[in-house]
Amino acid sequence: MTDKLTLRFIPYSEVESLESDERVKRVLDVVLTNKIVILQGRLKSIEEASLIQSTMALVGRIKNFRGVELAVIQPNINDAWFEKVKVGIARALIGERDSLTIIGPAAIVKEIKRDPKKIELLLKK
Amino acid sequence: MVMIIVRNFFKRIFTSIFGKRKDLSLGFYGPPNAGKTSLANRICKDWTGEEIGKVSNIPHETRAVQFREKVEIEYKGKKLTLKLVDTPGIATKIDYEDFMKFGMDKKDSQKRAKEATQGVIDSIKWLDDVDAVIVVLDSSQNPYSQVNITIVGDLVARKIPVLIVGNKVDLRKSDLKKLESAFPDYEVVGISAKMGTNMEEFYESVFELAKKA
Repeated sequence: MTDKLTLRFIPYSEVESLESDERVKRVLDVVLTNKIVILQGRLKSIEEASLIQSTMALVGRIKNFRGVELAVIQPNINDAWFEKVKVGIARALIGERDSLTIIGPAAIVKEIKRDPKKIELLLKK
Repeated sequence: MVMIIVRNFFKRIFTSIFGKRKDLSLGFYGPPNAGKTSLANRICKDWTGEEIGKVSNIPHETRAVQFREKVEIEYKGKKLTLKLVDTPGIATKIDYEDFMKFGMDKKDSQKRAKEATQGVIDSIKWLDDVDAVIVVLDSSQNPYSQVNITIVGDLVARKIPVLIVGNKVDLRKSDLKKLESAFPDYEVVGISAKMGTNMEEFYESVFELAKKA
């Protein structure tokens, strides 16, 4: 039997109209099926904190669930003022859809390493 | 969440009209093992002679929110009275098997993990009740973890003033410049809570932080 790694892409449009708690639940429900979620866009910081709280409430209650690994990839914006304004306007119009949020169950994802120039997903054997 | 921000806004207006806030509630936040309790202990020992909690090399030693009230600190003739709120480290995953690697047995490890998960939940809840926050990060570790970014982002969203402390500057692997690059919009102070290094600059920054709260 081969091990299967499943990635589930969630477009921004699928969560855009949801309330914060529904958005967090939608994402977590997918993670709990042992899939790695790639969400177009990013959760608000307060939603990320809520995701952490919800995750912790489930650790130990769901068999073999130890939590999640989480990382957000955002485009590299240079320091030029006009570049920041341009990106700011774009984000105000369409939300932070240029970001990607990766959330994986800790049982599958050992670590998501990031520094400014790269991101690495380390999987458990 | 909107109600909390509105409530905090009116609390600040009320305080500015009717008089000074009693104690500034100062939270210590950050990932596990960064040195939050070590720093809170250093401050408490400097000004009250007593510590706030136990420290250990095993992550998640602090698993419940700990307080110390009426901590009066003084710097260059100015005084500030603090309520120190030392919180459990925030993590996105907790595995009891990690504690067993430090020699703990399975039963104690599982108990610690259960307490640690509740500690994280309580930590985040306490964000509603602090006036300012010191985010304590280990300067020898990669600062770009999402937990660090989430913590700082959440504080900004709640309009809670933040001071970032890069702890453990005594370690060879300490890289304060990398930490400063990760958070360019925030004041970063490098210290060693264990050795008492650079605490003068830290206290100066706390007074500046208090002005923003």
